[in-house]
Amino acid sequence: MPFPDRIERTVELAHPPSAVWAAITTAEGLAAWFGNQAGIDLRPGGTAWMKWTDGATADMRVERVEEPSVFGFTWHIYGLPEDDQRRTYVEFTLEAVGPGTRLTVTESGFAQLPEDAYRKAFDGNSQGWVSELGELAAYLDAA
Amino acid sequence: MPPDAEAIAEQVFTALADPSRRDILAALASGGPATATDLAVSLPITRQAIAKHLALLAEAGLVTAEPGERRRVRYRLRSAPMQVAQQFLAALARDWDGPLSALQDHLDRSAREPRQTPSANPDERRTP
Repeated sequence: MPFPDRIERTVELAHPPSAVWAAITTAEGLAAWFGNQAGIDLRPGGTAWMKWTDGATADMRVERVEEPSVFGFTWHIYGLPEDDQRRTYVEFTLEAVGPGTRLTVTESGFAQLPEDAYRKAFDGNSQGWVSELGELAAYLDAA
Repeated sequence: MPPDAEAIAEQVFTALADPSRRDILAALASGGPATATDLAVSLPITRQAIAKHLALLAEAGLVTAEPGERRRVRYRLRSAPMQVAQQFLAALARDWDGPLSALQDHLDRSAREPRQTPSANPDERRTP
């Protein structure tokens, strides 16, 4: 069973890199095609977010800003529990081709498994809840 | 990718392929740790079939056996292997084709309406 770590797509757009850059790195651009609402602090380490009308949200952390050719961010892995700390890295690469742009998007990290650390953290949390709930029960019993 | 991740995912999907095992996991998820006898009472499965399924689930690491009251073994859900399988599903479910074609439409629309600033809200743009 192939376990994909990376998704890659390339599209040829009939618009200059400056227009594509604005569409993927500004709140107005992101809200026009990706989310329904968006905000972005465009600098490495800055935060960005998108909201959809169905209530879905995405919180991103900007990682790479090299105008007008590379924009990268990390975000929570879709489908994993909210508190799971693992994130995938999304990178947009823009390349001028004639009057247009070749845009490549790569999302990587789906297969990341810091297995031991993860197991430890996970089992630690599970154990944490067992003891917290035990303490709560003891507290209620004593009351 | 650690070599055992695929094996873990395969065991999870095999375990989930059976409706009775899905019922058992759902019962443990919603009701917490339970003995095979508890599960036989709450599910339309025989005690023997439940024991067989629990053995397979324990093998896959999806449940762990722990000593309960009066030395009866209780089974507890263990979700770590499921989160490995979830990553596989997350990669399959991630849709870039939809957003990228929306990006293409957005750029085409913006270019056709040069008087509008790129910052115009698309909903406003449709308003005459």
